Amino acid sequence: MKKRVTGIPDPVLRLGIVFICFIGIVLFIRIVIIPSPLKETGSQRTSAIERELSREIYFAGSDICSDCHDEESALNRSGHHKYLSCETCHGPALEHTEDSEILPSAPREREFCSQCHTYNLSRPTGFPQIFPIAHNPLDPCISCHDPHDPKTPEIPGECSACHAQIERVKIGSPHFFLRCITCHETPEGHKIQPRLVSSTKPVEREFCATCHSTESRVEDTPKIDFLIHGEDYLCWQCHYPHRPEIEK
Amino acid sequence: MKRRKFLSSLTNLTLLIISGSVVKTTLRGAVETYLTDTAGAKKRFTMGIQTQKCIGCGRCVTACKTENNVPEEPFYFRTWVEHYVVKKDDSVIVHSINGGSGEISENIKEHDVLRSFFVPKLCNHCENPPCVQVCPVGATFKTEDGIVLVDEDRCIGCSYCLQACPYGARYIRPATHIADKCTLCYHRIKKGLNPVCVEVCPTQARVFGDLESGASPLVRLKRMKNTHVLKPALNTEPKVFYTDLDGAVK
Ligand code: HEC
Ligand code: HEC
Ligand code: HEC
Ligand code: HEC
Ligand code: HEC
Ligand code: HEC
Ligand code: HEC
Ligand code: HEC
Repeated sequence: MKKRVTGIPDPVLRLGIVFICFIGIVLFIRIVIIPSPLKETGSQRTSAIERELSREIYFAGSDICSDCHDEESALNRSGHHKYLSCETCHGPALEHTEDSEILPSAPREREFCSQCHTYNLSRPTGFPQIFPIAHNPLDPCISCHDPHDPKTPEIPGECSACHAQIERVKIGSPHFFLRCITCHETPEGHKIQPRLVSSTKPVEREFCATCHSTESRVEDTPKIDFLIHGEDYLCWQCHYPHRPEIEK
Repeated sequence: MKRRKFLSSLTNLTLLIISGSVVKTTLRGAVETYLTDTAGAKKRFTMGIQTQKCIGCGRCVTACKTENNVPEEPFYFRTWVEHYVVKKDDSVIVHSINGGSGEISENIKEHDVLRSFFVPKLCNHCENPPCVQVCPVGATFKTEDGIVLVDEDRCIGCSYCLQACPYGARYIRPATHIADKCTLCYHRIKKGLNPVCVEVCPTQARVFGDLESGASPLVRLKRMKNTHVLKPALNTEPKVFYTDLDGAVK
């Protein structure tokens, strides 16, 4: 039996040594082996958040462009393209704002404008659309429309410029010869500020009856008995007015 | 006598440790509530989408790819735009437009179309994100401002989160093999810029803001318009709001 070192009983001493080694190993793993980002236990990860925050920015945002290009900015803000950001067309330009030697691209080709303005029936009504093959195919768009303030050289004669889908549908229907303004009272202002000045829509059954009821004196229209036909419903709940069809 | 003293100091020590940790947590809680109360600093960033304004031009998709270094290939997206065509026989055709405008495929006749529109999509930054719950290594987490992020250091690329996300908002980056998704342009919004898809949207179909602020355009949108979220039945509590959401949208 060895000499008691400090008066602590032997088993306790051994247990103590094992215990201290254990703590040592745990501390070693915790401090040296586990990489620091994994040590955060909370749901907030400072390192990951910092990495996100330090990512490079490419798009500067259109506010800063007006510092040096006030002319284009003022023009752009007042025209039909007012919701378009400069970089929607000119591409990422943060580098350019820091060093104006690096020029952003300026999209001058027809294909670029067509991405937004080609006719597509899924586009909302009122959005100005064209058929690029038919719309002045030989010239670049910017020879007639200023990209920063696109205007039509003359006010579009009819409604088709903005309501292309309805026009297309109507052309193939029995109502093809009816002008839009026969059914919609449209102030001139609607063609310039469509959202401020609105166009009317027929609201009563009687409207269609002027041409279609048996009492009507308009010739060459199919007639129905206004009082029984369709009863309490509006005519356009069953017939789409821009392409009235009879589906049996 | 010695034994008694030892035991009593042991209990004292334990009591001290326990009370210390209790004090620490209560203090921390108090400080946190104090901070958030005084600064009103708590933010909840998110996006509103006005479906009826989207023209499907795809500028948001291309700008997002540039800003966030998302691979060019058409199957990697942080945000994408779905093109819906509802036919008169009630069948619904959906496909994702890639950059350019959504052309209607030639075998659909215009005459057969009942209605058709575009729906921009992105990560919904759910209040109850399933991706956070399934991640085996805790790599996906929600920030204090309500944005779900991926910690690159922890992600092991196991793809569980891709399976768990009901909105298909995630993909695996081919080069690094870690999960990636929309961060709502965290690096931009924290510096006062708009997310890039909002910046380049030509029709204000996308609206960005802080739900906690009174003056954000997003709060105004929610006040003025009837908004919906995608797949509300899953209880993920998505935070991206849609106006005029068509019943056919999934
Ligand atoms: C620090 C001032 C400054 C800022 C900020 C700035 N620019 Fe410029 N920009 C210039 C200068 C200088 C030129 C060169 C003019 C020249 O060559 O005639 C230029 C030229 C351009 C051109 C012409 C390229 C061409 O092909 O002719 C475009 C487009 C442009 N800037 C877009 C932008 C956009 C978009 C922004 C905002 C993100 C912006 N700029 C911000 C200084 C600035
Ligand atoms: C609809 C797309 C579009 C938008 C939006 C747009 N630009 Fe342009 N920009 C163009 C095109 C196209 C040109 C080339 C014009 C030309 O060659 O005549 C151009 C030319 C320029 C030029 C060169 C000046 C010149 O006459 O050659 C500057 C500077 C410029 N843009 C700045 C801006 C700024 C600043 C904004 C934002 C306020 C902006 N642009 C928004 C399409 C756009
Ligand atoms: C990113 C999409 C986008 C691009 C690219 C774009 N536009 Fe536009 N354009 C719009 C929007 C949005 C409007 C406004 C529609 C509205 O008022 O509802 C508009 C309106 C117009 C108008 C109609 C003005 C009127 O009288 O109603 C013309 C003309 C036009 N753009 C020409 C162009 C030309 C030329 C280009 C190419 C330089 C171009 N656009 C590129 C989105 C775009
Ligand atoms: C030769 C001149 C010319 C060229 C080139 C041209 N346009 Fe036009 N554009 C017009 C005229 C004139 C109108 C109005 C009459 C009409 O509707 O045809 C118009 C109307 C439009 C409208 C309808 C907006 C509205 O409010 O009526 C859009 C959109 C448009 N153009 C876009 C384009 C685009 C995109 C290109 C290039 C692909 C282009 N234009 C090329 C002359 C031109
Ligand atoms: C410059 C483009 C433009 C032209 C040209 C235009 N419209 Fe419109 N129209 C719009 C827009 C944009 C809307 C959608 C307004 C809204 O949602 O508030 C609209 C809406 C309408 C509506 C629906 C109103 C409602 O309450 O739902 C009718 C009807 C209409 N237009 C008729 C016409 C007729 C008829 C013409 C031709 C005489 C015409 N528009 C020419 C842009 C135009
Ligand atoms: C026979 C009468 C008639 C003619 C002709 C007509 N409309 Fe209409 N239009 C209506 C009626 C009725 C409604 C209301 C439909 C409804 O509420 O469901 C309507 C609704 C609309 C709307 C809003 C709803 C929609 O379908 O998008 C627009 C825009 C519109 N018309 C534009 C036009 C344009 C542009 C033309 C010419 C190309 C035109 N209309 C020709 C009767 C007509
Ligand atoms: C200005 C007169 C006029 C008005 C107003 C008018 N229509 Fe017509 N409509 C006609 C004529 C003419 C025809 C027949 C064309 C043909 O078959 O040659 C017709 C055809 C029809 C047809 C039969 C289509 C078929 O396949 O035979 C329906 C249905 C119809 N219209 C519904 C309506 C509705 C609904 C309204 C009200 C929104 C309306 N019309 C307003 C003149 C009108
Ligand atoms: C409840 C649905 C419904 C309503 C509402 C309705 N229609 Fe019809 N309409 C039909 C159906 C179905 C047919 C074809 C079967 C038939 O000949 O009775 C038809 C046929 C017609 C025809 C063609 C008749 C012929 O002999 O070719 C005209 C014109 C017409 N409707 C006009 C109208 C007008 C005008 C109104 C509003 C006063 C109206 N419809 C309201 C369902 C409706």
